[in-house]
Amino acid sequence: MSRNAHARYVFLVECAPNPSRSAVVSGIALAVRRIGEMATGAARRGGSRLARQFAEKLTLSSGVGAQNGAPWGMQGLGGASSEGLAPFGARNASNQAVRNRMRSVKNIQKITMAMKMVAASKLRTVQVKAEGSRGLFQPFTVLLGDAPAVMGKKTLVVTLSTDKGLCGGINSTVVKYSRSLLKLSQMYGDDHKTEFVIVGDKAKAQLQREYKKYISMYITETQKVSINFTQCAMMADEIIKNNEYDVIKLVYNKFNSAVSFLPTVATLLSPEMLAGEEAQKLGNLESYETEGDATQGEVLQNLAEFQLASVLYNAMLENATSEMGARMSAMDNSTRNAGEVLDRLTLSYNRSRQASITTELIEIISGAAALEG
Amino acid sequence: MLARRGLRSGLRRWAAARPMFARGFADDAKKEGEKAPTGQAHVSDKFKEDWKKVAPNYDLPNFPSNYMVARPPVPAAIPAKLTLNFVLPHMFEINAKPVDYVIVTATTGQMGILPGHVPTIAQLQPGILSVHDGTEAPKIYFVSSGFAFVHANSVADVVAIEAVPMDRFDNEEVKRNYAEYTQKMNSAKNELEKAEAQVGVEVCAALMAALGVTA
Repeated sequence: MSRNAHARYVFLVECAPNPSRSAVVSGIALAVRRIGEMATGAARRGGSRLARQFAEKLTLSSGVGAQNGAPWGMQGLGGASSEGLAPFGARNASNQAVRNRMRSVKNIQKITMAMKMVAASKLRTVQVKAEGSRGLFQPFTVLLGDAPAVMGKKTLVVTLSTDKGLCGGINSTVVKYSRSLLKLSQMYGDDHKTEFVIVGDKAKAQLQREYKKYISMYITETQKVSINFTQCAMMADEIIKNNEYDVIKLVYNKFNSAVSFLPTVATLLSPEMLAGEEAQKLGNLESYETEGDATQGEVLQNLAEFQLASVLYNAMLENATSEMGARMSAMDNSTRNAGEVLDRLTLSYNRSRQASITTELIEIISGAAALEG
Repeated sequence: MLARRGLRSGLRRWAAARPMFARGFADDAKKEGEKAPTGQAHVSDKFKEDWKKVAPNYDLPNFPSNYMVARPPVPAAIPAKLTLNFVLPHMFEINAKPVDYVIVTATTGQMGILPGHVPTIAQLQPGILSVHDGTEAPKIYFVSSGFAFVHANSVADVVAIEAVPMDRFDNEEVKRNYAEYTQKMNSAKNELEKAEAQVGVEVCAALMAALGVTA
């Protein structure tokens, strides 16, 4: 459409009564050159020398029209009112800004796409490990029972979260449930104490603000080497050594699929609680014999420590898998959004660029006509 | 040793047949506040109400027992086969396989687990675990340590930290390791080092005995 319009202007100039030959020629030449420049996109550099000469003589200000992206036809015909000369290049300043923005959005898109690929490949390896570890916690749950309603006098809430961010909402979910567990225990009375052991930087940042006095330990940088049982055994050892507790509530995200993560609370009882009445009835523990000279109490001590290490190992692997899955989908959404923003910016950039070219052409040609007329 | 093992497992079979131990989990579930047999968490109504008060906008959290397959109830008669679950941190080595019997190395020596065995919690020493099923050749693993649980419904859970089939071991390497750990134990400077070296010596000694290798 714009091409035809410019042709029309050339024709008009030609038909004006007694146009001076040089003005017509230069007007036509300019129009043709403008079309050429548009085709190569060289117009973005802001106009030719000849146009500059005319712009100085003209009193038309077309800067306003070009920048607000109004349909190009309106500007010239409506006659942009002159408020004095627009500084040269003013109509290209916003174009530059939009172009910068486009460049940065494109870079962001590339980065998030790369992060998604990395997360997808890491997901595959960790998922295999997590699925293999799912057998480890089951014998303990079968023997000792799973009773989340058991509330000891001292509860230790172990919150598993990630060290790095950009992984969707999984850390917020875990923190929500940890907070609710704290409130639940407080509901039972003042003698019920709760403490936090926080694994991961993200939960630390969120819980530190409100519950600093409840936090007993921080454990971070757990994924520097890949998660293994030895590491979890050491963590379990540290937790048991440094905390007195009746019940441990382990909060983590179980990996269900690449888009679904289930917040889970695992309940682990201390050896003293296991020897107590409630737990014995729950798991039918008195019907179990123990091998060797050890009393059931001693065996339960070892059993509780082993249970913590095993359940922690499985929980950490599930949480790590959830982290990778959540990061993959978050980065995928981000890439898609960046693409949409880029499309919109490109459209508006092209529109304003074409509008500014058209406006310049109108100025030139009407200037030429005015000179003759 | 074989006679002793036979006597012990025979004794246990008899004990298991006594009705006191043959309670069904199904009965327990009907009583209020008892463990449900289907691997579901024991979530009392009180917990659900309390949760609603504390966190009305959040769903109830999930529990690990929701992710488990249900365990079979206690049968009336002793079943013909033992169901074995053998798990390691990195895989399910044997998953709910019916076998004839299993021999594990507990703290008091080798222990045989047959169907109808008395419910037991046994801590395992470094040693051999062998799985026998019918006329097949027994699968033999060397287990570093762990626990074995036998339940009243003839399901045996063996949890081990490391278990390796016997054919993967190199005799020379084992002998070398044993010598190294013995030397470390003798030159240990403090209790911690001595304890660590002692663990190594025990494991290597058990491994050598299992392989039939002398130092």
